[in-house]
This record gives sequence, structure tokens and C-alpha cells, in this order.
Amino acid sequence: MVEMVESGFSDRVLLGSREAPVTGADLGSLAKRGAAALDGYPALVYVGENHPLLPVALFSAAWAGVPFVPVNYRLDDAQLNALVERQPGALVLADAATAPRVTGADRVVVFDEWLATLPADPKPGDPPFDDDAVAVVLYTSGTTAAPKSALLRHRHLMAYLLGAVEFGGAGDDEAVLVSVPPYHVAGLTNMLSNTFAGRRIVYLQAFDPKVWLDTVRDEHVTNAMVVPTMLARIVDAVTEQGPGPADVPSLRALSYGGAKVSERVLREALERFPEVGFVNAYGLTETASTIAILGPDDHRAAIASDDPVVRSRLASAGQVLPTVEIEVRDDDDRPLPAGEPGMVYLRGEQISGEYASGSVLDEQGWFCTRDRGYVDPEGYLYIEGRADDTIIRGGENIAPAEIEEVLLTHPAVAEACVVGVPDDEWGQRLAAAVVLRAGEVVGTDELRQLVRTTLRGSKTPDTIEFREQLPHTDTGKLLRRVVQQELAAHAD
Amino acid sequence: MPLTLKPGTRLYSAIDATEMIAVKAPADPIELTIGGVAAVLSADERTDGTPAEGHDGGVAMGKRYTDAGGTIELLVTRAGAAAPAVAGELLGLKEAKPLPASD
Repeated sequence: MVEMVESGFSDRVLLGSREAPVTGADLGSLAKRGAAALDGYPALVYVGENHPLLPVALFSAAWAGVPFVPVNYRLDDAQLNALVERQPGALVLADAATAPRVTGADRVVVFDEWLATLPADPKPGDPPFDDDAVAVVLYTSGTTAAPKSALLRHRHLMAYLLGAVEFGGAGDDEAVLVSVPPYHVAGLTNMLSNTFAGRRIVYLQAFDPKVWLDTVRDEHVTNAMVVPTMLARIVDAVTEQGPGPADVPSLRALSYGGAKVSERVLREALERFPEVGFVNAYGLTETASTIAILGPDDHRAAIASDDPVVRSRLASAGQVLPTVEIEVRDDDDRPLPAGEPGMVYLRGEQISGEYASGSVLDEQGWFCTRDRGYVDPEGYLYIEGRADDTIIRGGENIAPAEIEEVLLTHPAVAEACVVGVPDDEWGQRLAAAVVLRAGEVVGTDELRQLVRTTLRGSKTPDTIEFREQLPHTDTGKLLRRVVQQELAAHAD
Repeated sequence: MPLTLKPGTRLYSAIDATEMIAVKAPADPIELTIGGVAAVLSADERTDGTPAEGHDGGVAMGKRYTDAGGTIELLVTRAGAAAPAVAGELLGLKEAKPLPASD
């Protein structure tokens, strides 16, 4: 990969601002010098905000043949050091604010200082071309349990790149704005996919919607990737600036993923960015990022169509990559026909399905995503939510997302979370936490009536509580477990 | 001279600027030519020349070329006028439908 970049893009600007460009030749040279500085370390841990030269850390580790391990700097000191300690002997590179907090490592260096003091000469000899070596260790976000160390090997990442990205496919004026953090799988794979495509990467250190809009304009950004909470905040910021489309003439493509997006936010975004191609990417850490894509044409067709099937595609994760196989199975592990919901299984060369504790692929190589969903007859994948979130009320399996979507159709509702709470008669009954839009008022009876008439009685929340806000991870995943505990406590 | 390739091996045309990287390679050594002349493993071994007739179709940047059996796959990192062949059989362009950028 480093060689490809040097060979294919020696003169092309791949990193940095318009004022401080870094070409493919520069990046290759920095990576080989970085590899020399990693001599003797079994891994490179990065803990900090985004940095304009972050890919130098990733490619240095690759050239040195050691894993790159990004850690969430937003964790508290104890959690952060617990993850750092899982990589004994590693070199830890940190931003200036985080470095003093790292106590669980032999050697901690501020990333800027490390870059400034790299050896002048590249690491001698050829790099280890071991396709089966671990390239990256990512900690899963752990919304349901303690974070797991997911392993991605070089062959998984290369399979993703070769299957989904065209080498040098980007025009030489293209630039992508990255605002997802480095420890998120999309923050990792975008370094690879954009470098592979030959697209300049511009980083937002930490997300702010106004800075995001300004940077898109100032840096002539053509592509961007956000998580749904960022998209919602960007749309709000555009709305504050006045009616009509957002002023971002250079922007051509906006991809989003990482959590479920509210259909209303998406419709507003499509209105505010009429010239932009929207892409919904679905994937997991364990699948080396994207495995399904809903493309720009599908988005626009859904907005324009009168056909309810086509309109509903906005809620779809799109079509599975041609290099990945999908199977939806029932509770007894039998494959289900199109349209019937069940557990989503994936298989393909990019699917790792492996943790530090071992592989969880089955004998035929299938990975159980623990997401529930279905594939419609046209091949569009719909994700209903995590299997662990499924509510079982009186023997009936209920996906919270279905009820939440109905609640969100009410104009007063900004956010909704439906969970199961223990019930003596039904096993579980439905409880909802709802956040209203600023200045809006609605009664619980009206909302319950809305669900009852749209779905049916058994899917109507027994209780609804109003909240100022709901808890999320910093990459926008709703912390259902926390909501469930709170609502269950109230139910006692 | 037969070459043993591994995924990641860089390959150079001996006669022009064409450069490729092996994405998939057979375990056994192969007779690989680029432009009808044996491929080389270093840019320093390049000399000037012209591709042989029939091996002058050229290759396009970013495209992948493969044999009928799919045992070898080469990705072009620098376009040129020389075309790759294994044991005299030209490799064919591997068609791939471009996907929208997702990350």
C-alpha cells in the first residue's frame, strides 16, 4: 500500500491543507522513516484527536510490520489506561492534551514531537509482506458490554480496498473532510480508501458544525463522511443560517453511517444540500468497515418517488457490496427468504470476525453481526437494530426501531428510544423515552394513539417519559442500555 | 527469468514508465513480460525501448489485469504503453463497477 501510494501518487497532494500539502512521495518517505523509529516496539498506539498527518502513524506501523492501535482519548483515565495496557511494550503516540494522562505505557511521545524527530533515513530493507499479519486493533464501542479488541489483518483491509475502491479513482482536485475520530472504524478505513483513491484528506480536529461548514468552503472540500448526530447538527446549523440550500459549492458527496439516522434529518439534509450525492454506508468494526451502500441515485429516487417501496429505501442500508455475501437466518439458524427479518450473517474476504480472544466465524466462514434485518426482493438491506435490543413481549419479537420510527413521524418529537422493561404478566413490556423539539408540547396519550393506529396495540408503549436529552456514545450511538436501566428502575 | 511474485511485489516495465503491483499471485514462478520484455523488480533496471508488437496495447492507471484462470492479478500504479503477459498470453482488463465513496 505504501509502495502503491509512492508509485502512483508521487506528485499528488494526499494530505494537509491547501497551504501545507503532503504528496504521495512525502507520505511514503515519512512512513519509511516512521517505521525506522518503531524499531523494537511490538505495536503503535495512537491516542488523541485527529491530526493532519495521522495517516503517517498508520503507514509507519504498516511498513514496520506492527499493528496500529487507535484508542479513544475521550475515555476517562482508568478506561483509557486499561486499553493502553492491553498492548504491553507499545510506543504510545498522543496529542499534547492526552499524553500526560497516559500512565499505563513504557514510552509516551507527543505525536508532533515524534514527527519532528524522525530518523533521517528510512527503515532499511524490505517491509514484511505478510498478508496475514494484524494491521490494526480496534476497540469496539461496547454499547452492550466491555470493549472488545477487534483484529483486522492486512488481507481484510486490502480486500475491502480492492473490492470497494478504485485505485486513483478520485480526480486530482478532490478533497475529503474527515470528522470521525481516529478510533472509529470509519476513521481508520477512510485513511486507506481515500489514500488509495488518491483523494486529499483534510481533518477536522474535533467536530463542530459551523467549523465543518467553513472548512468545506475554505478547503474546497468535495467529499465528506459524518455520523448521523453530526449530520443532524450540520442541518441545524444550516437552518440557523437562513432558508434555502447550504452554501457549499464544492461539495459533491456526503456519506453517513455508524448509527441509524432519523429519516426526517435525512429528508431535511437532502433538501438543504440539493446538489450533493448522499451515500449511506453500513458496516461494523469486525467487517473492516463498509459492506453495504445506499447510493446517491437511490436517495434522490426515494425523495422523488410516489411508490411507497421506493420511498422507504431512505431507511435502507442499500445493497451489499458485490464482494460480500449476506444471509438472513431465523432463530434456528435456517436461511430465510427475501423480505423476512432475522439475524444478519456476512461472509467475504474483508470480513474479519476476529477478536484478540479468537475468531467468531462459523465453520463456513460466516460472521454473525448480531444485527437484525432483512433483504427485500430487490436486494436492499434493511437493518432493524441490534438483536440484543429486541424486545420480547408475550412471546412476540418486537424491534424497537419500528416503534421509534412511528414516534418520530410526530412533528413534536425530536428523538425516541423504546426499550423493554420487566413485566410480571408479559415478560417484558414497552417503555419509551422521548425528547421533544424545542418549544413543542404533546401528550403521552396522543403519541400512544399514533403508534396504536399506525402499528397495533401490542406494539404501543405502555409508558412514555419525556426527557431533555438521551445518552449517546461520542460517535452517535444511542446508549439503550442506560435508558433501559433508568426506565426499568422507574417501573419497579 | 521466471519471477516468484507475492501480493505487494512491485513490477516495472523494462522499457517504459509502466509500473504495477501484484495483488494476487500464483505460488509458482512465472514468465511475466510487460510490453513483451521480461518485467523487472526495480526501477533502476529500466532501459529505453518500445513494446513488442501485440504487447503495445498499454495499461490504464488504477485498473487491474488478470489471466483467464484468475491466478494472477496486477494493479497499475503508473500507466504506460506496455501490456502485461504471462507465458506470452496477454492479461485482460478486469472490469469492476465503481462504487460511490463511502468513507
